[in-house]
Amino acid sequence: MMQFPRTMKFQREADPQWSEQVLKFPGCERVSSCIQCGTCSGTCPLSIYMDYTPRKVIALIREGFREDALSCRTIWLCASCYSCAVHCPQNIHITDVMYHLKRDAIRHNLFPSRFPIPVLAQEFFKIVKSRGRNSEVLLVLRMALRSNPFILFTMIRSGWQLFRAGRISLKGERIAEVAELNRALSAAREANGA
Amino acid sequence: MPENRGYLYFPGCSLRATGVAYEESLLELFRVLDIPLQELEDWNCCGATSYMAVDEGSAFLLSARNLSIAGQKENHDLMPPCSACYLVLRKTQDYVAHYPEARRIVEEGLKAAELKPFNGVRVRHPLEILYNDVGLARIKAQTVRKWQGGKIACYYGCQAVRPYDEVDRPHDPIRMDELMRAVGAETVDYSLKTKCCGGSLTGTIHDVGVWLNYILLKEAVRKGAEAIVTICPLCQFNLDAYQSEISKEAGKAFDVPILYFTQVLGWALGGDPKALGLHRSIGGRGLVRKWFSVSQEVLAHA
Repeated sequence: MMQFPRTMKFQREADPQWSEQVLKFPGCERVSSCIQCGTCSGTCPLSIYMDYTPRKVIALIREGFREDALSCRTIWLCASCYSCAVHCPQNIHITDVMYHLKRDAIRHNLFPSRFPIPVLAQEFFKIVKSRGRNSEVLLVLRMALRSNPFILFTMIRSGWQLFRAGRISLKGERIAEVAELNRALSAAREANGA
Repeated sequence: MPENRGYLYFPGCSLRATGVAYEESLLELFRVLDIPLQELEDWNCCGATSYMAVDEGSAFLLSARNLSIAGQKENHDLMPPCSACYLVLRKTQDYVAHYPEARRIVEEGLKAAELKPFNGVRVRHPLEILYNDVGLARIKAQTVRKWQGGKIACYYGCQAVRPYDEVDRPHDPIRMDELMRAVGAETVDYSLKTKCCGGSLTGTIHDVGVWLNYILLKEAVRKGAEAIVTICPLCQFNLDAYQSEISKEAGKAFDVPILYFTQVLGWALGGDPKALGLHRSIGGRGLVRKWFSVSQEVLAHA
């Protein structure tokens, strides 16, 4: 028998409460004023690689299609260049909206598995929390091991050139007051209800 | 004029690793200009784009600690040369000022670490400092070496000029172009000057990152530029470190020096060529050697 899968969701499958929640976050309050003009998608240097363009992501949030918005690749491809944010005629802070979706996706484990970008964000978070400063070498190794080790092959050529130019730092930079920083970070996380 | 008492310098992690030439040339330029820089003590990483993607409270706190340390100093002008550091520090100030929720989180975090609240700190990018505090007239007057290099495409990237408009005009920044012209370099009309390089995408979704940078290189060359000059360590890294790979992938050979604006200014104002980190360039090495060779040097006022 022929199958006719539905290409569009029904409104009863949406979660309007989630939509209302998103609007409360700093930077997300103007999402409801979107006029769906598509300026964001047009100015975005990465929209050609996205599964939903930024305009569609805004529409998904407004209607409350939570899982579609949180599990899409779009939010992770966003490189935070703020082009959409400064061009938006409705002054929606789209970059901050994307950040909020990223956090929501990480909290609920809704990002595509072994996808390097959210893995990078989480490893970066851990390294800086334990040292106070980032280490590019450590970050790249941990990201590759936890997502796709073959990424390292794409870096051999550039890595060697950088090493010869004295641009690879193997010195583990660390701040003196790591404990102080950690107290501050934990208190902020707690105050943020995370 | 704040330039007399100098600036609080916030290096950031990149300037201690792949972007070390930016730090070297910036320090040499300010030495030649006789403007003191004091490194912010025990500064921590700004969190870049990653912290904001994991937890915004923690992201604000990283900047809050740096701003708090800066606030205890006599000098309140904090100078981060990296675009990501600049933006995150600036954004934290903005959010703490405009969102009571962000302020509450930051205040509790600082209190837990017995850090003082911050206020009165001004976050200022070196491009804006060189343009506003030092000024084109002084740069011009102090130019001792004539620019022997080719035409330049000034590439501003994203986070230094957006969403805040204090460094330059967000849609059509021009200050780096003016600084380059002040030392005698010719700049081209580079329409992609604020298009994003993709940041860390070259390391995560490699092909996507590589093609973004191909577009940036191709357009600069098409406009007649022989070099690209940047204000951001990540832009420099992507265009420079992946240039040979871009050439291979695109089937078009690029050999374009990717310089920091502080290298060109430092050279023109008579800085020690060895102190400008020029030997750390990967793309266009031959041109870098030729343009910045002391034996070729021509005095600007000769």
